[in-house]
Amino acid sequence: MKQFLSFIVVAALGVLIVLSLQGNALFVEYGDIRVADRISQQFIDRDVNGANSGVEFGESVDLESGPANIVTSIVADYRSFDTLGEITVLFISSLGVALLLATSKAKRMELDFHPNFMLKVGSRALFGIILMTGVFIIVHGHLTPGGGFPGGTMIASSILLLYLADDEFRTKVKSFKVLESIAGSLYVIIGLVGLFVFDYFLINFLDNGILGELVSSGIIPIVYVLIGLKVGSEISGIIDHFLTEEAM
Amino acid sequence: MMLVSVLELILGIFIVVLAFLAINVKSLIKTVMFLSAMSMLSVLAFVMMHAPDVAVTEAVIGSGLVTSLFVFTLLSVRKVERKQ
Repeated sequence: MKQFLSFIVVAALGVLIVLSLQGNALFVEYGDIRVADRISQQFIDRDVNGANSGVEFGESVDLESGPANIVTSIVADYRSFDTLGEITVLFISSLGVALLLATSKAKRMELDFHPNFMLKVGSRALFGIILMTGVFIIVHGHLTPGGGFPGGTMIASSILLLYLADDEFRTKVKSFKVLESIAGSLYVIIGLVGLFVFDYFLINFLDNGILGELVSSGIIPIVYVLIGLKVGSEISGIIDHFLTEEAM
Repeated sequence: MMLVSVLELILGIFIVVLAFLAINVKSLIKTVMFLSAMSMLSVLAFVMMHAPDVAVTEAVIGSGLVTSLFVFTLLSVRKVERKQ
């Protein structure tokens, strides 16, 4: 009986949804949408078939989109606004973890195993290697696969290694919170600079430079570094909360 | 080309087998390990599909971070159970 009623309710909701979408001004028939109503004109005006003929790595200058990595071009240039929403989602997740697990006592959770001296010493060397790999991935996000999100997570992994290898280690949580706030704010500020000084929010207002150069792609490497710092500090905070939660 | 197709098929079968094992094994720690192995194999699958950006992200987040958070949660739950 309950299942039958549930089926009736779901079917009714489905019919209501289909009826509400018919002839709805917000959901025009495919192909009849006025794109300018919902997408910045700056992106509509971009010409992907005309002006840019050949693309040479290390030679082409001032292309429509600067990154040599085409995925970064989409994530951090064409869909930079969406990426801003993405790091907002990560921030909300981190906030949820903090609300659930943060405690005023903040003592390290006692694990069943205790690392010995060799592990403590070895982890310091390995920490440096993992950290530098993460930094490399972030800095070269506009040239090679990777970028802010995997690079930031790798930096958090180096912090995780220190947590696992030393049962008394704790990061400077407040410093990470400040770093996270500054990075996120700078991302928004860069967008606002584009909005007020130039024409559009998050417009790439710096010179694209030569394709493939480390210093190229305008604001995109800057934005990716900020994303990497924010992701790294946020996930480090999540790890700290998981390992210092108050166990009833 | 034939060799890559065979490897992709084997990889897909392994991923499905690991997913099946993850939901059928009784021990939670084994479930976490099977999920981690599945993430690692999906990294290989992404590389074979020429998606290195997604492969890097899956390797760091799926195989590393999520696995460690699951293990921490299991350890914490175990401590609570032991206290009661």
